[in-house]
Amino acid sequence: MSRTFTPKVITANALLEGDAIWFTEDDTWTRNIAEAELITDEAHGDLRLLEAKADQGIVVGVYLAEAKPTDKGPAPTHFREAFRTRGPSNYAHGKQEV
Amino acid sequence: MYVYNDFDEGFVRERVAQFRAQVERRIDGSLTEDEFKPFRLMNGLYLQLHAYMLRVAVPYGTLNSAQMTQLAHLADTYDKGYGHFTTRQNIQYNWPELRDVPDMLSDLADVGMHAIQTSGNTIRNVTADHFAGAAKDEVEDPRPIAELLRQWSTDHPEFQGLPRKFKIAVTGCEADRAVIRAHDIGIQVVRNKAGEIGYKVIVGGGLGRTPMIGKVLNDFVSKADLLPYCEAIVSVYNLLGRRDNKYKARIKITLHENGIEKIQDLVNARFEQIQPVFAGVDPQCLAEIEHAFAPPLFKTASTDGYEAARLANPAFRSWTDTNLADHRADDYAIVSISIKKQGATPGDATSEQMRVMADLAAKYGHDELRISHEQNVILPHVHKSDLHAIYTALRDVDLATANIGLISDIIACPGMDYCALATARSIPVAQEIATRFDELKLEHEIGALKIKISGCINACGHHHVGHIGILGLDRAGVENYQITLGGDGTETTTIGERAGPGFGADEIVPAIERLVLGYLDLRMCKEETFLHAYRRLGAAPFKDILYPEKAQKNAA
Repeated sequence: MSRTFTPKVITANALLEGDAIWFTEDDTWTRNIAEAELITDEAHGDLRLLEAKADQGIVVGVYLAEAKPTDKGPAPTHFREAFRTRGPSNYAHGKQEV
Repeated sequence: MYVYNDFDEGFVRERVAQFRAQVERRIDGSLTEDEFKPFRLMNGLYLQLHAYMLRVAVPYGTLNSAQMTQLAHLADTYDKGYGHFTTRQNIQYNWPELRDVPDMLSDLADVGMHAIQTSGNTIRNVTADHFAGAAKDEVEDPRPIAELLRQWSTDHPEFQGLPRKFKIAVTGCEADRAVIRAHDIGIQVVRNKAGEIGYKVIVGGGLGRTPMIGKVLNDFVSKADLLPYCEAIVSVYNLLGRRDNKYKARIKITLHENGIEKIQDLVNARFEQIQPVFAGVDPQCLAEIEHAFAPPLFKTASTDGYEAARLANPAFRSWTDTNLADHRADDYAIVSISIKKQGATPGDATSEQMRVMADLAAKYGHDELRISHEQNVILPHVHKSDLHAIYTALRDVDLATANIGLISDIIACPGMDYCALATARSIPVAQEIATRFDELKLEHEIGALKIKISGCINACGHHHVGHIGILGLDRAGVENYQITLGGDGTETTTIGERAGPGFGADEIVPAIERLVLGYLDLRMCKEETFLHAYRRLGAAPFKDILYPEKAQKNAA
């Protein structure tokens, strides 16, 4: 029995700064998950993952992460991915800083 | 303390130059991440959730003031103005950019420091009793052999690809402040009946997903034989340790699967083979190292002012009651500086705080500082007449918290606020527990209590050996915290017992509050600590407090 494919985004860390980034529809990387491409088809996801991994000269550790659609664009579903969009909880550092 | 000789200096500089070239080749695309990753890990550079993290070794936890000042410089120049001291006596920078890391390593080399072997399947930073060289109960300062082990293990050609990482801890006392029974090798300086100094060698301890207490492999190894004996142990492990399963690769599993007798036989056989031809210890080299760790010239002065200040200032008195330990020299004390003000992040120090501690060490502390595995900073040699001046300077930068060994002196790993391996956060739990008991004004009433928090099963926060241990897990996409009880990380090492089902993020602090208030009702007297009460009563009454509904059901 096949599993139902749940929506995902492609994410990684930037090579130079190391911060979380997401893959967009036009093959660029964004620091805002809401601008990422939301992938709803498994075969398309596999293809896009290959394309994203081709950018390994500027990104590190590409993977598919669970996400959900919202009015503002894709948003994380798991708390780990939510932290990656913000930064740590003990200081206002990381993405929440700006 | 030990100062790099030309060989050390040249070696570290060469490593920096190599890594600089490797970073350049990664950035210009000549190296893929798969090719680059082993190089960066060899130099302590990790990639975490939000950024790179550089783990810098503080060998056996010892620093001088120039080194601490340089750590502050790194925090200001390449990071966000702070550093995080870890349970392995290292310091971690959470926000470096890849391009800057070679410069950071170069700045570290300027003060005789590095980040070599702070990652990877190698022998890691050798840790030591943070009171080494100062403790009253010490047989001998264990740091000369720790330095010898550092030199022997650094870039050791045979041990760069071990089945798994390998951690060594040393102590010079029977009282264990270095958790030696939870290390791959634990070494205790001992004296035999003939009065000779040697080493009790313990192997196969470890925390993580399969916590185990180390076993004594040899009751007495002579000073001359220590290095070849350690070489024999690591060499046997290198061949026998499992490489098929990462979770069964540590020496604790090798020991468990093969038994202590077989390991003893293999180590002895290997030792006999290598000892006659071992070229690793040059007696003159060891003598130079021992000389470098000779105790400072202790001064004599009146302590009248100290006693008067204690009488006049209750806050100072409280701090001296809590944060001092007995020193081997008359009228000296060991000062533990708490970097765990209630509500602060355990182990974090700002660059300003680092500079103040460095200046105090230079002015009053014979230029020595230590990092403890409990994530505090130690001034090991302070004359009592200088304590009030130190206290006053520390108070100005929020470092005079009188809580060493108390409920808010919590060990916490970075957890999911930073760490890519974590399954839940640790820091906010530590912050909330410390803040809550400060509000209740019960900290000193509760007395000695060690809470240790890990944000995943790997147990960097030592939760297994906390009197109260907390383990953060991911349960179906939600943070969940398991409590263990009765753990102990000293010479009477005990792995804590799991209390029962975990608690949600909003339930864990109330659960700890219930548990600790319940202990106050259960204890026989104020002198009976949480751990003693637990040992006397067993787990049952504490479980009843943690799970009142279940207790009621059982009673009905």
